[in-house]
Amino acid sequence: MGLVLDEEQTILKDSAKAFFADQAPVTAFRKLRDEKDETGFSRELWRAMAEMGWAGIVIPEAYGGLEYGFQGLALVLEEQGRTLAASPLVSTVLLGAGTLMEAGSEAQKSALLPKIAEGSLLLTVAIDEGHHFNPAQTAFEAKSDSDGFILTGEKTFVLDGHVADKIIVLARTSGNKGDREGLTLFLVEGTAEGLTRERLKMLDSRNAALLMFDQVKVTGDAVIGAIGGGYDALESVLDRAAIGLAAEMLGSASAVFEMTLDYLKERRQFGQLIGSFQSLQHRAADMFTQLELSKSIVMTAATALDESSNEISSLASLAKAFVGETSNKVTREGIQMHGGIGMTDEHDVGLYLKRSRVAEHTFGSAAYHRDRYARLNDY
Amino acid sequence: MSNLDIFREEVRAWLAENCPPSMRTPMGNDEDVVWGGRKAKYENPEARLWLDRMGAKGWTAPTWPKEYGGGGLTKEEAAVLGQELGRIDARPALASFGLWMLGPVLLEYGTEEQKKEHLPPIVRGEIRWCQGYSEPGAGSDLAGLQTRAVLEGEDYVINGQKVWTSYADKADAIFCLVRTDTSTKHEGISFLLIDMDQPGVTTKPIKLISGNSPFCETFLDDARTPARNLIGRLNGGWEIAKKLLQHERTNISAGGFGAGGRAAALEELAKEYLGTDRGEIADAVKRDQVVRHKMLERAFAQTLKRMSAETKAGEVSPASSIIKYVAAEMNKDRMELLVEIMGLQALGWSGDYFSKQGLATTRAMLRSKANSIEGGTTEVNLNVIAKRVLGLRDHQ
Repeated sequence: MGLVLDEEQTILKDSAKAFFADQAPVTAFRKLRDEKDETGFSRELWRAMAEMGWAGIVIPEAYGGLEYGFQGLALVLEEQGRTLAASPLVSTVLLGAGTLMEAGSEAQKSALLPKIAEGSLLLTVAIDEGHHFNPAQTAFEAKSDSDGFILTGEKTFVLDGHVADKIIVLARTSGNKGDREGLTLFLVEGTAEGLTRERLKMLDSRNAALLMFDQVKVTGDAVIGAIGGGYDALESVLDRAAIGLAAEMLGSASAVFEMTLDYLKERRQFGQLIGSFQSLQHRAADMFTQLELSKSIVMTAATALDESSNEISSLASLAKAFVGETSNKVTREGIQMHGGIGMTDEHDVGLYLKRSRVAEHTFGSAAYHRDRYARLNDY
Repeated sequence: MSNLDIFREEVRAWLAENCPPSMRTPMGNDEDVVWGGRKAKYENPEARLWLDRMGAKGWTAPTWPKEYGGGGLTKEEAAVLGQELGRIDARPALASFGLWMLGPVLLEYGTEEQKKEHLPPIVRGEIRWCQGYSEPGAGSDLAGLQTRAVLEGEDYVINGQKVWTSYADKADAIFCLVRTDTSTKHEGISFLLIDMDQPGVTTKPIKLISGNSPFCETFLDDARTPARNLIGRLNGGWEIAKKLLQHERTNISAGGFGAGGRAAALEELAKEYLGTDRGEIADAVKRDQVVRHKMLERAFAQTLKRMSAETKAGEVSPASSIIKYVAAEMNKDRMELLVEIMGLQALGWSGDYFSKQGLATTRAMLRSKANSIEGGTTEVNLNVIAKRVLGLRDHQ
């Protein structure tokens, strides 16, 4: 993509846009919420997305994927964000497949990646232990015993954690809380003995779970990557996840901006279209500006992933922080400019605000990523 | 070897021979900028020599046609010339509103005679032009301008006042927007060239908050100019003005506002003035402000690149509408942040107690306030985005 979409990418973006508008409009998400659907997304939709090739869009062809790259995935995520479509794209593809591709053994990749690509395996990664994302602070313990490891502790805000077939768990095998070294990734069955899963009811009605591990036993084969080297592997995965989520937030924020602009052009007060008031015009122009800047960053960051640029971590933090703040601002302004109707549950703009706040915090808030950006750039 | 490589060799050889040694050193201050013109004084004779040599080659205006004194180079060749000049750190031979503003207008709207008369002296730096647009009663509402031009025989007679005329006191001639029809607003404006060496034209510098006086008031009292100095069609000046403004906005933003020269990096200054804690900027709040600014700068840089990539791909770039707005506000914020970082060191006015950098920052911060006023205010830019890009309507 670089900074302009090529023909193939334009086709992908257009077909993703049409797909979500047709198969997963906001009304579909609203229905999931209202019916208190326990899965939290439509399995039928996920099958259809897999048929489009999107579950395997970044997976190498050798493992049954499209090997199309992250720019393509970013485009699909942006369009998914536009209609607030709920899917396991982030948990299963960005995190799960991403971790396997980064650190998995040949056996692990051959066994799992093709199933992810065909849409038959749900995977996620369990990282958080507190209210703020900070993987280096992991304390969750994995003790080695004669047969392998024993996992005990709690993981929280695990995306799609209550329905994932397998869960990759970040656990400490040595060192202390705060150390980057001594963390290891383990592959655990969703149905493992000793694992209790509870779906957390979040304001965005999306899937996050609390996972309680009570003496969960895994064998040595369950280790992904090097023992004690889990953080380094995961950091690259989380960079991709941050960029992917920024793309999704860009799509959602663009949708809010468009619906707000439409409203400014139809709502009349004082005998005028409210969009003719200069105070609103300037704020609309400012939102447009922030979105244009955000778009440039998302395109730059997604391109950097496919080009294996040495700036990826920096761009990931830039994207997550900058687009997160844009999304925060646009959703706030979206409600304000809609006035009373924007405060009603019936109107979509509130759904976008709820989703935005959770997405802003997932994989690190803007403040977290500004601090990280400063460290990476030696400020 | 490709033609372009051969050209590069030629340029390199010519520069080695013709660019005087002192013209390969960084400029000390504004005094070192060569603006040319009839009244120009050259403290350094090599500056004069460098201008004469570059002017004779037409390389002060590399892509203008040779028949008008330009270099006649292709875009690619001009890029090579730019790279080679950069390689030896050559100073610009000539800074000139004639080159940047009037020239492009003449090339597009001028008659053959007008081009032949006016372009070659611009290329050689023999004349210094200034721009007469704003008036006391016509700032953001530029089309409200009142300076009258009336045809009397062979001449236009001009009466009125211009303001914010950059360097008018040092200029030889002025390109001016004048009213030639009072019955209508935008359609009654014409574009005139006026020689300033006549009793009907007087200038008075305006002292700014920064202490400098780059702008003047320009008074036109029965000033005269031959009718052949009308550019474009009578009452067709607004179209030219808009084009020129667009040019000015892109120039201002792409050239970068800033303290002049290579601005020191914000994070380095923050470390120097606030100290470090384990290698990090010691003040956590200001460190966060620095990061925010650096992030915005990066987003802006990527947007400039995207805009040019979109334009190259033949797309209309909506991003272009935000450039002037973002650049202006960003630079103002940068200067305020710099003052916060440097503290009272950057709030001195003069004297040995203050460092050169501190004093320069004070002045640059004050200068930056104009960024969101000159070449279209931030408010006008937001109006343009709201109306032309977002399609919001005027208040009824």
